[in-house]
Amino acid sequence: MKLNGILFWIGALLFLAAALLMTQVIGNQYPFFAGYVILQFIVLAVAWSILGGYAGYVNFGTSAFFGMGVYASVFLVKAFGAPLAVQIATAAAIGALMGFALGLLTLRMQGIFFSIATIALTIIIETAVTNWRYVGGAAGIQIQRPEVTEPFENYVQMLFFVQALLVVLAVAISRYIHNSWIGRGLQALKDDELAAECTGVPTLRLKLLACVISGALMCAAGAPAAMYLQYADPSSAFNLTYSVSTLAMSLIGGTAHWMGPVVGAVLLSATQQLLTVTISSEVNVLILGVMLVLFVVGAPEGIIGLIRRVRGSRNKGEA
Amino acid sequence: MMHPETKAPLLRISALTKRFGGFTALDNVSVDIRPGERFGLIGPNGSGKTTLINCISGAFRTEAGTVMFRDEDITGLRPHIRTRRGIARSFQIPRPFKSMTVAENLMVALDFAGGAGEHVSAAQRRDTMMSILTRMGLASKADVSAMKLSQVELRKMELARAMATHPKLLISDEAMAGLSSSEVDEVLDLLMSLADQDITIIMIEHIMQAVMRFSDRVMCLDAGRIIAIGTPSEVMANQRVQEAYLGT
Repeated sequence: MKLNGILFWIGALLFLAAALLMTQVIGNQYPFFAGYVILQFIVLAVAWSILGGYAGYVNFGTSAFFGMGVYASVFLVKAFGAPLAVQIATAAAIGALMGFALGLLTLRMQGIFFSIATIALTIIIETAVTNWRYVGGAAGIQIQRPEVTEPFENYVQMLFFVQALLVVLAVAISRYIHNSWIGRGLQALKDDELAAECTGVPTLRLKLLACVISGALMCAAGAPAAMYLQYADPSSAFNLTYSVSTLAMSLIGGTAHWMGPVVGAVLLSATQQLLTVTISSEVNVLILGVMLVLFVVGAPEGIIGLIRRVRGSRNKGEA
Repeated sequence: MMHPETKAPLLRISALTKRFGGFTALDNVSVDIRPGERFGLIGPNGSGKTTLINCISGAFRTEAGTVMFRDEDITGLRPHIRTRRGIARSFQIPRPFKSMTVAENLMVALDFAGGAGEHVSAAQRRDTMMSILTRMGLASKADVSAMKLSQVELRKMELARAMATHPKLLISDEAMAGLSSSEVDEVLDLLMSLADQDITIIMIEHIMQAVMRFSDRVMCLDAGRIIAIGTPSEVMANQRVQEAYLGT
């Protein structure tokens, strides 16, 4: 393993250790409630950027995958009383299948047509779940949390740590793709699909792969949300805000590097949490919109792009 | 029965027809390209040269006819599979991977086509890449972004990227268009040197001097049909070619 890889895994382990330590020493519940949401958005943004960033296929269907994860858990809990790990694993499998189906149906479309198709997907699935009485229909459903597992004292603390594990998993996968031939192939087809095909890149297969991985991670990120809220209803689980926030976080962070969506998600969702507490929950949507506009106009490559530009000009200055 | 002296064709196009709606871009085109041949393709604008290339490389689906490459029917295959089997091309208007450096452009080809799947170390790939770039005169540009290349460098990079897929057949689509006469000679010499390494080359070109110097055989298309095929001087002397293309 190269030095970069070793540093990455040391960082990941330190992050997990810190998350675990927090659950053991902090008594107040609020940091975990807020932290859980931030971590959830990191997973969503990282997963989104695998298809939306590396391959350049802008997916508005994040909420479809997220909601599907939520309802996979709801169904599994209601039908079998399945434990959290099973909920997440099953949600990931469903997300992968959904990504595959969505990919087969829509990845031949390019640009805006693909994006519109993903919005349609969200609406179709939401409508289906709204009319599914078993999981509560439009009225939603209450969910009872089971006993918490040791060493956690509180269920939200456990969910917080589980979501931290998902963050490491998502980032590790995204980083692997970014640094491997898969990432190079995706970048090539993002630049020019025909030229990529004629250079030997199996474009459809790579896009499908990206869609499957991205879908699986998004669904997995949604799975613990049922237990987190102890409640699920279609209009919040499939809320388009998830799609828009995720997209904004990835783009503001920058999609050219795996770090981008992480930075964007931390920055934006932390700001949102702060604003929700200090001002109101409506203001954070406004802030999101304003920041997105500012970045699209001023720094279309996101924060990562800004950093690169600053570094680039500094290097030039030295040389 | 095969004659002992004639080698089996590398590429055999039989009765190929391509339509765009009601417009027939290629009408029943048949031609054999022999291994090692330097094949010139000429014709007026809109005569179907690039369409023919798109049908050979797989970018377009055809309405009728077959394309055989090394005795295998490749008519229905997707472009990337054809590339892996040994058909590489450059584009009339260069299509580099803009977000990458020149080296990375070539790495895509090496990752996915040129020896993909074989156990080649990263260092070996880097060597292969650098030797291709050196041959193309682009070694000093390896770490330059593809966006910053000049027109002639872009053309060379497209050829280099095509070479990195280890082609048996290289199709050059107007690689010299818009270049100065010294640059034309430069690119032509490159193509000649590639042809010496057992690579069969189909060259589309409007610069007649280059076509004459380069080609073993020339084919002239007009309105989707072959109007002449033969040695360069034969084709130039052809009455129909002169009327349709040379404008005399």
